[in-house]
Amino acid sequence: MTSESQTADYQNRRWQHIRKLLERSGPFCHPDFEASAEILNFIMNCCKVLIVGAGGLGCELLKDLALMGFKKLHIVDMDTIELSNLNRQFLFRRNDIGLPKAKCAVEFVNKRVPGCEAVAHHCAIQDLDEDFYRQFHIVVCGLDSIIARRWLNGMLVSLLQYNDDRSLDQSSVIPMVDGGTEGFKGNARVILPGMSACIECTLDLYPPQKTFPLCTIANTPRLPEHCIEYVKVIQWAKENPWGSSTTLDGDDPQHVVWVYEKAQERAMKHGIANVTYRLTQGVLKNIIPAVASTNAAIAAACATEVFKLASSCCVNMNNYMVLNMADGVYTYTFSAEKRPDCVACCNSTRVMKIDPDATLQYIYTKLCEDQAYLMKSPGITTVINGCNKTLYMSSIKSIEERTKDNLKKKLTDLGLFNGADILVADVTTPNTITIKLKFETLDVDMTK
Amino acid sequence: MASPSPKSPEQSEKNKQYDRQLRLWGDHGQSALESGHICLINATALGTEILKSIVLPGIGAITIVDDCTVSDEDIGSNFFLEMSSKGLNRGSEALRLVLELNPAVQGHAVQEPPDQILDENPDFFKSFSLVIATTISEKVTQSLSQHLWDINVPFILCQSVGFLGSLRIQIREHAVTETHPDNEQTDLRLDEPFMSLLEHLESIDIDALDLKDHGHIPWIIILYKAVQKWKINNNNKWPVTRNDKEDIKNIIRDFIRKDENGIPINEENFEEAIRAVNTALMPTFLPKNISKLMYNSAATNLTKDSSSFWIMCSALRAFVEAEGKGKLPVKGILPDMTASTEHYVKLQNIYKMQAANDAEIVYRKVRQIVTQLHCDSISEADVKLFCRHAHDLYLVKGSCVATELQLGNSVASYIATYLEEPDVMMVHYIMLRAAGMFRSEHCRAPGDWEPEGDIAKLKTCVNKLLGDISCSPFPKDDHIHEMCRYGGAEIHSVSAFLGGCVAHEAIKIITKQYKPVNNTFIYDGASTNTATFEF
Repeated sequence: MTSESQTADYQNRRWQHIRKLLERSGPFCHPDFEASAEILNFIMNCCKVLIVGAGGLGCELLKDLALMGFKKLHIVDMDTIELSNLNRQFLFRRNDIGLPKAKCAVEFVNKRVPGCEAVAHHCAIQDLDEDFYRQFHIVVCGLDSIIARRWLNGMLVSLLQYNDDRSLDQSSVIPMVDGGTEGFKGNARVILPGMSACIECTLDLYPPQKTFPLCTIANTPRLPEHCIEYVKVIQWAKENPWGSSTTLDGDDPQHVVWVYEKAQERAMKHGIANVTYRLTQGVLKNIIPAVASTNAAIAAACATEVFKLASSCCVNMNNYMVLNMADGVYTYTFSAEKRPDCVACCNSTRVMKIDPDATLQYIYTKLCEDQAYLMKSPGITTVINGCNKTLYMSSIKSIEERTKDNLKKKLTDLGLFNGADILVADVTTPNTITIKLKFETLDVDMTK
Repeated sequence: MASPSPKSPEQSEKNKQYDRQLRLWGDHGQSALESGHICLINATALGTEILKSIVLPGIGAITIVDDCTVSDEDIGSNFFLEMSSKGLNRGSEALRLVLELNPAVQGHAVQEPPDQILDENPDFFKSFSLVIATTISEKVTQSLSQHLWDINVPFILCQSVGFLGSLRIQIREHAVTETHPDNEQTDLRLDEPFMSLLEHLESIDIDALDLKDHGHIPWIIILYKAVQKWKINNNNKWPVTRNDKEDIKNIIRDFIRKDENGIPINEENFEEAIRAVNTALMPTFLPKNISKLMYNSAATNLTKDSSSFWIMCSALRAFVEAEGKGKLPVKGILPDMTASTEHYVKLQNIYKMQAANDAEIVYRKVRQIVTQLHCDSISEADVKLFCRHAHDLYLVKGSCVATELQLGNSVASYIATYLEEPDVMMVHYIMLRAAGMFRSEHCRAPGDWEPEGDIAKLKTCVNKLLGDISCSPFPKDDHIHEMCRYGGAEIHSVSAFLGGCVAHEAIKIITKQYKPVNNTFIYDGASTNTATFEF
């Protein structure tokens, strides 16, 4: 036997398991599936998959996909490795603490799985442009940030192309498989941008962020969390223990200890029990509990969907699975619905109905609080007589100063009219969103 | 300005490493995990995926039993084998690479087949907290499960074939104190307030409070006052019906202070009281399942070998029958609510103190029992924890896999009921068992070499199983075709999913926290469907 045929023989044996699924047809296959050796060839040599995040899910995804035959893998993560990652991010060791996650993960998997050509990107997802994202066949996300997910979703939606008859050009669709975990719970979903429910269509599926009202923290603390928040929000700025130029850093143990002790003092004063170091750290960093097992299960569910997308060997999940491992192991799969007026993925003019007497503040609040937008700090501009005019922008201090009075003004006094377009930019989306104002006298409380 | 010099010690390295999981199962859960020793039979991809998620969180020790030699196919689907592993013992190689994940974990490899160990050294299995087996033959499953049942060592049997996976937990009896329910019920005792609570509730006169205080009394007090007022006109009975509750809500609305124009002012605590009417007026009761536990013969007939769980159940019963006047110990937990610090903390302390008193009584009873029985003592902290969670105690009595394999009457009719529905997940269960039977008869997986030729043979196995449970053959052969298509293939992501689940259940069993699967879990990756069956 020649060495070439020996290698081929070895490759055949090594991928024997997935070859059975790809080279044999079955009664439950996707209608378009045609079993052949070509599929494995595509998975190995053509199919480019981007893994977003190299944390608990990302490490698992990289390993899962490499062992499912994928070679052209890219992984992006801006973080470096910390000790608290090691209870689940299994590609990292103690010696790796401080190194970039993406690079470390890639080196490990490329070494362990011969032939794997994974590429690392140690940067923020926002640092990569459209041309970068356009090269992939599939994007799979294991992120812990909702904002990052929304940004990525917006990016993939912005890559969609529409034909002259306004129908979607299917070849521009890059499927997004998204996983998330919190403690013993998680979810996995498949998004076909422009075709099925996207992240922005289903913002109401995310639980609202837990916040404590300022007056409770300052005047009527009851829980240990209230005491910790007080030190974080009020006392730190008042006392500036490391000088006014040092901001509170939840990763600096000295800072955490300082907050912990001050919070304990406050708790003692009010007869509140159970301020602990662990709780202090949890509140300061908004820590979400995480275990290896839940991450493994969710990442694997995502990897299975990536494999289905790449091979068409069976129909994808439709389209959202929740997993709860606290009481037995329970899953529920349902079809999340596409929002016809989705701010990200609807291919028609976005309209905001608004009272002509409303102020700009009303629009700003609506953009932040309405389930359809849930933006963080939207910057609002418009075009009047061909000139760009910034109405309000909070992200840049000098512009905020200059434009904050506009919030109190009526829309008509700002030159806006029925049918005017406003352009909204926010951290939740890579692109500016155009919204058409539609004046309508509404029976709602405008004082909000 | 002096730089602050913290006095508190920083967290230990171990606490930092395990921080994210300690928030789920606590330090006591972690120490339980660290004293656990797991035995894995067969380091397949599924096997090592399980180990990964048990070694990372810090199990005490693992032992791998595997007499196989590493093949190319193994390396193709198993992350914890490398090219140089080929030809070496699979268990030893997997052990070496799995242990890299966590230096705190001890490991051993035994290069013998499990049936040989069963024959020559059955005591080998006694020392494990849990035995997990992947891809063992029907024959070995039969004898191993029976043996582990007899020596009372928990067992998880699991497999991954094509898109299908299953796990089966065999455990004689498993008691959980901390079940961590998603929606824990409050325990407020407004219908039968204990002495200190009653005194406190009666000491407050809502009408006499100044406006600021009025807006800061806890809704619990408001609700109590409203009910008292309602009872005067309703023969002193407790509000139960919807109409009763609407009356209560109206009384609360009347309590809200008005401004000079007679318009009610915004008082959040009263709004909370109105919202709480529907749930918080539920009369205090002894949950049926807890009563069943307390009167279980294991709790009424204690011996010196009784577990601490049953001793505490017995003490709990003595408490309920005497001091508790038919009620469980007070939980001592108060949900957060709009209130001033003073009002809230005072009320919270009243509940806490009562909980401590109740737990103290139970603890005294536990000590009496322990002295009488001459058995190992139970710590006060354990009794406190037990009382705190007495409303949510959970006990599962398992069944033996060997019995399930023999398809006795009750198992057969259970399966038949699901097949009649028809439940496709039960069809998958049959297919996995039929594939196991095929493997025993032909020494290979159905469709291993070539799918078409094995369809008829696999069908014979399926029909034999269906015959044994008095079910008619499947109308279509599609699931048989699909199983032959799989050809025993182990798909990595399916094994990884199941591996995560098995590891998770192992952690639940060892930490005795959260409810484990009872007792069989089936996963179909093709349709993203799962089911739980109780054999």
